[in-house]
Amino acid sequence: MITSKDLEHIGWLARLELSEEEKEEYAPKLNPVLDYFSELDEVDTEGVEPTYHVLALSNVFREDEVNTKCPLDQDEALSNAPNSQDGFFKAPRMM
Amino acid sequence: MYYNPDGVMIGLEVHVQLNKLKTKVFCGCATDYHNDPPNSHVCPVCLGLPGALPVINKKAVEAAIKIGLALNCKVEEHTQFYRKNYYYPDLPKGFQITQYDFPISSGGYVMIEGEDGEHRVGITRAHMEEDPGRLVHEGTIDRSKYTLIDYNRSGMALIEIVSEPDMRSPKEARRYLDKLRNIIEYLDVFDGNLEGALRVDANISIMGGQRAEIKNISSHKGAERALLYEIVRQKNVLRRGGVVVQETRHFDEAREITLSMRTKEEAHDYRYFPEPDLVPLKISGWAPAIKETLPELPDARKMRFVEQYGITDDHAKALTSELKLAIFYEDVARKADPKTAAVWICDVLKGELNYRDLTIDAFKKEHMLSLIGLLVSKKITEDGAVDIIRTLLDMGGSPDEIVAEKGLLKVEGDIVSTAVEEAIKENPQAVADYEAGKVKALNSLVGAVMKKTKGRADARTAREILLDRLKGYNFYPPPERE
Amino acid sequence: MWASINELKESIHADSSEEIVAQYLDRISKSKLNAFIYTVGESALSRAKEIDTNDIDGPLAGIPVAIKDNISTYGIQTTCASNILKSYIPPYDAHVIERLKEAGAIIIGKTNMDEFAMGSSTETSFYGATKNPWNMDRVPGGSSGGSAAAVAGGEALLALGSDTGGSVRCPASFCGVVGLKPTYGVISRYGLIAYANSLEQIGPFATSVRDVAALFDVVAGYDPRDSTSVDKEVNYSSALMNDVRGLKIGVPEEYFEEGTDEKVEKAVRDAIHTLEDLGANWKKVAMPHTKYALSAYYIIAMSEASSNLARFDGMRYGLRTEDKDWHTTFSQVRAAGFGDEVKRRILLGTYALSAGYHDKYYLKALKVRTLIKQDFERVFKDVDVLITPTMPYPAFKLGEKIDDPLSLYLADVDTVPINLAGVPSISVPCGFSDGLPIGMQIIGKHFDEAAILRTAHTFEENTNFHCKRPEGY
Ligand SMILES: [Mg+2]
Ligand SMILES: [Zn+2]
Repeated sequence: MITSKDLEHIGWLARLELSEEEKEEYAPKLNPVLDYFSELDEVDTEGVEPTYHVLALSNVFREDEVNTKCPLDQDEALSNAPNSQDGFFKAPRMM
Repeated sequence: MYYNPDGVMIGLEVHVQLNKLKTKVFCGCATDYHNDPPNSHVCPVCLGLPGALPVINKKAVEAAIKIGLALNCKVEEHTQFYRKNYYYPDLPKGFQITQYDFPISSGGYVMIEGEDGEHRVGITRAHMEEDPGRLVHEGTIDRSKYTLIDYNRSGMALIEIVSEPDMRSPKEARRYLDKLRNIIEYLDVFDGNLEGALRVDANISIMGGQRAEIKNISSHKGAERALLYEIVRQKNVLRRGGVVVQETRHFDEAREITLSMRTKEEAHDYRYFPEPDLVPLKISGWAPAIKETLPELPDARKMRFVEQYGITDDHAKALTSELKLAIFYEDVARKADPKTAAVWICDVLKGELNYRDLTIDAFKKEHMLSLIGLLVSKKITEDGAVDIIRTLLDMGGSPDEIVAEKGLLKVEGDIVSTAVEEAIKENPQAVADYEAGKVKALNSLVGAVMKKTKGRADARTAREILLDRLKGYNFYPPPERE
Repeated sequence: MWASINELKESIHADSSEEIVAQYLDRISKSKLNAFIYTVGESALSRAKEIDTNDIDGPLAGIPVAIKDNISTYGIQTTCASNILKSYIPPYDAHVIERLKEAGAIIIGKTNMDEFAMGSSTETSFYGATKNPWNMDRVPGGSSGGSAAAVAGGEALLALGSDTGGSVRCPASFCGVVGLKPTYGVISRYGLIAYANSLEQIGPFATSVRDVAALFDVVAGYDPRDSTSVDKEVNYSSALMNDVRGLKIGVPEEYFEEGTDEKVEKAVRDAIHTLEDLGANWKKVAMPHTKYALSAYYIIAMSEASSNLARFDGMRYGLRTEDKDWHTTFSQVRAAGFGDEVKRRILLGTYALSAGYHDKYYLKALKVRTLIKQDFERVFKDVDVLITPTMPYPAFKLGEKIDDPLSLYLADVDTVPINLAGVPSISVPCGFSDGLPIGMQIIGKHFDEAAILRTAHTFEENTNFHCKRPEGY
């Protein structure tokens, strides 16, 4: 069971500010989903390896060569920035 | 045995930037951004634009294996990248691609000169990860009104070398860092002189407290300072009956203090999981071939220098502490007297370079060879040789030219005796002081002789003649030889 | 409007691409489907003109294509139907967009979708729900609902979507068009804004299997910028034989269990008999872990999503709220920028990966994924393709499920196992229920798109479900 207190913690972990209403509203919607997920407990996975990738690929590399096609110039890099200054992205104060 | 009164335990996490690669670790952006404007060496991948995907730089993996082997680590059979989920403005994706379970190498060690002789520092692991961007604050991080972000550094290949908490003093920590840098420079994957090339996070605890993690240390000296500060701080907390809590602290380089960074985010939960956009590596098979290509490492080279060239342990250590210096020495020692070469390179040239903030690149091997030739054949004095080195560094030219221009060929016999007579005559006060027992007055007389001969006299000879000459004065008790 | 690529190409020769693009744009502007978030207009017309005047050739020369709004298009806004990316204009093209441009295709606009592809109804879009051309009170399916509705409604002949757990096949089924989810790794994901990286593939939509194969031929293929891209060049159009003699079909009964609409079940079983009449054989097969696929899928998808969406912090692109301290601003940008369903999935995914729950949810789901994949490997030793319903029921009503996440998730029960196993699957129209289309899902082995395309094509050549168009279109 997720409580609205848990939601506050998870919300912080996810950097997602939740209003009081949202906290109240989400718990009853998420708990049935988590209950449903609990059906996995009944599957015997003893000795079963997890599948992270469906294809058995390994050792995929690129050579150490400069890609002259993809770089963005400074203007392109900053073109979507809500706030920038002197070629830097501008973020709020840290503390 | 070293007595560690405060129970200091220091473990370091050192981030080494593979800045000799041509490109970043997961994209094709060039790594030569150091003198360029911010955000001018970026692409969708290292800027974390939605939809962009990482692809591993093969050379970076080879370099990581090299470093692992040089640190006596085991290269793992199966290696994988993970996402470490946390938030900081320098991190464009909201996670860092790093390693967690299955790092590329682990279980090694480095030998350092510890408080009580040879000391072994365990290497927990050396893993690969991507560098975040660079943050610029106006003033200090805790007071700055905003944060500026430059992602040129974002995505540079890093090797994070995690040590065991085996260091017992800030001095040992510094020696460990020197040694690490030294070893990695030998591997030709990293230039330690570039900004941000080597960065340190330090974990430190003292008896009776929990450990603090200090971030943002960018130099070896900074590490030592930060740790010294932190020991004092932690001791003070305990002395006042307080508790040293586990926390992250930020090193303020300018003020040489550490600042608490405690916020709500302190409850770290990185939610590691394998990076789905990258596939596993099975590269332990590469290790034997890469091992073959490893160069002779500093410790081995030091021992060989002692044996092969008959130089002292200290000289060998100093000469191998920097790869370029070791190569320079060896090239000279093959063609000239190895011992003289060691003395002049270690005891003189190195100091003059340091004084000028220059590296060995600023001095030509041929010049060192001709200098040693002039010294061995006694054509110039030691003072003259020092003068030549300084002139070469400051003005350029060649030793022969400088000898000719400055008239540095050594003078002997009558000329020195004449100069002594003149010096005695012209410096009655010094003579009187000497007579009165002020032994140091002799130095100013020697200086006067050297000045008269423009440094071409051998200082020791001048001194002996002076002593001899001054004996004639009625002088009792005889001065002790300095 | 035009019924096929060939027909459209004839019109281009007779008339001009510019004229055709103009007609499509006109149709879109008058539409009530809300299939597009954004149309390209001017630049599409000028590109068409360029193709006309320079006689530029290519397999899709002059043909307009609609693109799901989670595929990056250089200079064209790409919002993922989210407020948080409202003003975002990518400075680069996705791999599939590069391929389309090389083939002469014209990007006509960006189609509506569930926000960040999280949904099965295209109702969670910040830009309003898309409607089903067969019935304006019904959802078009999702998350690529805009692409499917655009093709069904004659607003684009071809479209691209993306399929993480059924997001191409579900709307194809609900809108009565053909939609393909290729084998994982066949189409580069470079430029696809990730929902769940280990599950998703871009997929083509069209009104016929032939046109789906033609579009697939253009966008499939190796891309060194995607580490999970595979190096296999195949011509899929050449696989389209009208022949299923000797084909071995497996019918997993788990896909017909309770909750499956009777008419849907009947339509699919009839379709299997049609194929049998054409010379295929079928038998029942057992896939015992199917019932756990939904949970495993959602846990994995949400976990990956919670991390993928962490980059939306308002610093480099996207919405920015008033500056406070950095962490607070970050949280508030996201509170303002994401819709409810996205927030719920981020929260659940964060929870499933968090300390203390990682093994119970995330790791367990990955182990179950292994068992599901093994189910497929086992049955594919005996059969060439599997046939199931695409969706357990036809398009539901707008608003019917949107406030009950679990019931919405349950709609994906027949499509998600395919993504967990990474196998290819296609949805083709196979009947109607009260005027709403029914889709049949044909599933193949890894990299055996040829088998499912051939099966689908043969079915289509011998039936006429795909020829029926919604009223007024
Ligand atoms: Mg690290
Ligand atoms: Zn880059």
